[in-house]
Amino acid sequence: MTPLAQLLEAALFSAARPLTVEELSTLEPDANLADVRMALEQIREHYDFEQHGVELAEMAGGFQILTRPIHAAAIERAQFSVRAPKLTAAALETLAVIAYRQPVGRAEIEEIRGVSAGGVLRSLQERGLIEVVGRSEALGRPLLYGTAPMFLDLLGMRDLADLPRAEELTIALQPHRAEQEGEDDAAAYVEAES
Amino acid sequence: MTASEAPTTALGAGPGFVVQLDAFSGPLDLLLHLLREEQLEIADIPIARIADQFLHAIHDLGLNQAADYLDMASRLVRLKAQMLLPRRSEDDGWEDPRAELVRRLLEYQQIREIAVWMGRAAERRAEQFARGYLPPPPALPPPPLTLDLLELLQAVERVVVAIPTPVLHRVIARPLDVESATRRIEALLDQRAEFGWLDALGPRPGIVDLLSTLLALLELAKRGALRLTQPAPFSPMVIARDPARATA
Repeated sequence: MTPLAQLLEAALFSAARPLTVEELSTLEPDANLADVRMALEQIREHYDFEQHGVELAEMAGGFQILTRPIHAAAIERAQFSVRAPKLTAAALETLAVIAYRQPVGRAEIEEIRGVSAGGVLRSLQERGLIEVVGRSEALGRPLLYGTAPMFLDLLGMRDLADLPRAEELTIALQPHRAEQEGEDDAAAYVEAES
Repeated sequence: MTASEAPTTALGAGPGFVVQLDAFSGPLDLLLHLLREEQLEIADIPIARIADQFLHAIHDLGLNQAADYLDMASRLVRLKAQMLLPRRSEDDGWEDPRAELVRRLLEYQQIREIAVWMGRAAERRAEQFARGYLPPPPALPPPPLTLDLLELLQAVERVVVAIPTPVLHRVIARPLDVESATRRIEALLDQRAEFGWLDALGPRPGIVDLLSTLLALLELAKRGALRLTQPAPFSPMVIARDPARATA
């Protein structure tokens, strides 16, 4: 591996969160983004080719060294690490509505799911999966929710574009009311995230 | 007709049919379940039958407290009534009252699919551990506050309202007990011709007794029942029977 690849590997090893290409490029003043990407690719190939127990995963807008799934059971059995607890159906449905409709208010989430959402929203917020991204102009100026970076980490996604595509979800993504403003906001938000 | 009635009777059979409340994430989920059970098209829901089944199911589930389910139940019953209204078949203006419910069900079904997809993605991701991975703490610190001035003031209002208004005590002094002091002095006068005013105080005198006694003494002196003398400046007051009364 090149010295740059070694440096990046050390940095990725030390970090407990995904590091972006931009962040990694600050390690070496002489390296540009393309160099960093190339070095990252070298690390990935190295891990794969040499059949390392870890791999270089791209997610939540950055890169992170992760153990390979095949070792999960053994690691967990030895209690070196534990799997993140599974989300409930209610939590997943709420996350799904927020991911596609963001920024979205509680009333709309409840309308789509047909149940009150207060408790779920609070626990998702506590887990850092969603965050308040603004306030609606509607009466009472209700809070609007959007997904937080942790959401991408949870699903192992690079960005929100990794969600099943809009065309495949004809109904869920069709605004059924004249909410042109809200839809524009949602589009802008998605772009800002990616 | 017999085929379509069969499941209803199966539901009605009761004891064998157990629906786990936890298995449903809401009334829409329960509706989808009922439709799937009978392999019915969402787009053409037999409202009357589904409404009955829904009511039956939530009755069995003991969900009478769950407002979300009751809300859906009332919608279904209303739809059932609307479907019963006669209409001319060639009436183009007729809008299917089920349209809104169908749209919601389809939308919800889509959300369910995404939720399942997300659940699988999360499970795959959970199979991989990151360097320095720590189990998520049970409770993360609360998210940063986002509020404007109005909300802050409203919050302050709520807190202030919670403070009980201070109870103002009107302090009413114990009324002076001049009568008993008078009685005590008169009793003393009967026994002794002369005594110090400190003797006139009752046992363990408080400020009230002291003042009562003083007022009683002055009152009796005014009435001429006794005589107050002070042998020397600042010496204790001497109380004596009034000579006129004494002779009487």
